[in-house]
Amino acid sequence: MQIVERTEIVPNVHACKVHAPDIAAKVQPGQFIIVIPNEFSERTPITVADWDITEGTISFIFLDIGSSTNSLAQMNAGDEIYSLTGPLGKAFEIKEYGDVCLVGGCYGIGGIFPAARALKEKGNRVVCYSEARSKFLLYWNEKLEEVSDEVRYATADGSLGIKGHAHDLLKKDLKDGTRYDVVFAIGCTFMMYLISQATRPNGLKTIVSMNPIMIDGTGMCGACRIEVDGATRFACVDGPHFDGHKVDWDVILSRRKAYLEEEIVSGERHTHGKS
Amino acid sequence: MREQPPQERVRNNDEVPFGYSPEEAILEAKRCLMCKNPKCIEGCPVEIDIPGFINFIAEEKFREGVNRLKEKNILPAVCGRVCPQEEQCEQRCIVGVKNEPVGIGRLERFLADWEAQQGAPELPVKPKSTGKKIVVVGAGPAGITAAADLVRLGHRVDMFEALHEPGGVLVYGIPEFRLPKSIVSREIKYLEDLGVKLYTNHVIGMIKSIDELLEEYDAVFLGTGAGLPWFLNVPGENLNGVYSANEYLTRANLMKAYLFPKYKTPIVRGKRVATVGGGNVAMDCARTALRLGAEQSIIIYRRSMEEMPARNEEIHHAEEEGVIFKLLSNPAAFHGDKNNWLKEAECIQMELGEPDDSGRRRPVPIPDANFKVPIDVAVIAIGNSPNPLIPSTTPDIETGRWGNIVTDPVSGKTSKAGVFAGGDVATGAATVILAMGAGKVAARGIHDYVMNQK
Repeated sequence: MQIVERTEIVPNVHACKVHAPDIAAKVQPGQFIIVIPNEFSERTPITVADWDITEGTISFIFLDIGSSTNSLAQMNAGDEIYSLTGPLGKAFEIKEYGDVCLVGGCYGIGGIFPAARALKEKGNRVVCYSEARSKFLLYWNEKLEEVSDEVRYATADGSLGIKGHAHDLLKKDLKDGTRYDVVFAIGCTFMMYLISQATRPNGLKTIVSMNPIMIDGTGMCGACRIEVDGATRFACVDGPHFDGHKVDWDVILSRRKAYLEEEIVSGERHTHGKS
Repeated sequence: MREQPPQERVRNNDEVPFGYSPEEAILEAKRCLMCKNPKCIEGCPVEIDIPGFINFIAEEKFREGVNRLKEKNILPAVCGRVCPQEEQCEQRCIVGVKNEPVGIGRLERFLADWEAQQGAPELPVKPKSTGKKIVVVGAGPAGITAAADLVRLGHRVDMFEALHEPGGVLVYGIPEFRLPKSIVSREIKYLEDLGVKLYTNHVIGMIKSIDELLEEYDAVFLGTGAGLPWFLNVPGENLNGVYSANEYLTRANLMKAYLFPKYKTPIVRGKRVATVGGGNVAMDCARTALRLGAEQSIIIYRRSMEEMPARNEEIHHAEEEGVIFKLLSNPAAFHGDKNNWLKEAECIQMELGEPDDSGRRRPVPIPDANFKVPIDVAVIAIGNSPNPLIPSTTPDIETGRWGNIVTDPVSGKTSKAGVFAGGDVATGAATVILAMGAGKVAARGIHDYVMNQK
């Protein structure tokens, strides 16, 4: 698969557009792909953020965070990605909900974009919550504004929108009487946990997009197992979307940290250019 | 057969047995009685003309021998290594009544390896095209066999593989020291030379539905293999350090974690590793653990040695390498530290009771005999259900109790017209050769089906 464009849209966050007409024709909001940047890299699951059927391209947002995403961050237009597979996982259910709240943080700001577009087309009132540490780390604001009724911002330093996090903003809005029929959240695990905590007292249905470590992503290896409602579920084929009020957050948070030491080793090796 | 000594081989990932020299092979081939009514062939799921190829070895006609072998078996270098010959062809060998049976598997391996040393293999005469297009889903043993048979009958065959490498369990599951990956790629290359078009990174069910394939192709073969791993359903199984066998082996083999950090996929290199289960996959995991540097590699199995389903050769190799067998025991729980890392398995001690449905004596827990084993990695190797992706995206295909695709054993036909299946997705986890046998049966079924279409 050939890269059409790869840009660092805000510090450490990259948007990558790839020529993949078959995937563009099939992919639905909330689905993901598995990318192996080069022969040595890991199989890395990434949410699809946009696509263009006419152009035959898909786009995704990723953080330069480990050795494999770091390799990807160094690739440019014209480079061939070693392996790219998708679409994978179940899509968000796109239907008439009424008032929909979409929460995105980190790569998830891109992740909620196609959901916002599709839900808006279905006639929902769509409000997006976009969060980052500071205004300069927010991206795709205009893109999101174009497909939503409203985009609300939360920044840790208060440089745009409220000072705080998305869950602070959502909590405040709910307290002020805003009503939603459903909440979708994509982003880092802790953010999705906090959003689920924020909506739990109201019993507001909250769908989160789980991002555990995966290998094959096709229902074979079981690496991505999480606990939902007391049962083991596999995020790659049963998900990645689950009821945020039923997810066992301790399990997912600790399983995501399983290879921190190894990340450091392979990261060092990478920085020293020995790979 | 000569082998790498155990103390040496646990420190490398090279193959354990060395294989026959030509002289050894000829000597062994001459032990074959060339029975008029050979029983060995009846024991072979892919119907190899066994006395035929052995006779060529005895006459030192290796090229003819390998060609005879490949008429029926597209993966001779693989089967020569991983088939359970002792319960198939070799079990029926007449020589074996009084002596050691003829080493059919070793001779098969010898020919395949001999051929590889000669450069490019000879290709059979290209058959006349039938004009039919067939799609094979899954490039594992079942799919490879079906594809090879179908392309040699003159059909156009396209093959889709979900992973980035073809081979299925041969590349993600079976370790390098038991089946070098260069051998698998060589046999796949032969398949492509026969004319099969291979597309990796294609997850059928997601990128294309079965109905969409049926619009493009005259028939579909599903060999999508193993799916979600089974767990014990005991507390602590989602702790860090607990792997399914599929994950452990996929990291080590397909993703080459044994070469970390050159290859970036990590694996926990436990000091004390326990593998739960008694099949070939469990032996592979326990032996992989040693090669990843484990000081102790333990097999925890709930029955006794006698009931263990693994091949004797695998058990023997594991024992030689120092794998410890804790028999008649089963984990009741895994306990972790404050960071959710595995630190011990709590096991139940069992004794054998009355026979169960499988005819094996059922293990019964002994009360108050629980014991703890300190471990930092556990690998659960108790099997898996068939891959769920096709059944879940093809609502009109009939599935069985375990989520397996129901097939007609004679033709490989499924409940959906034009769709055939075989291998683990139809039968549940079994052996490479049984999957290949199912691929062969289905290829015949598909051929009949497409040739009799209007």
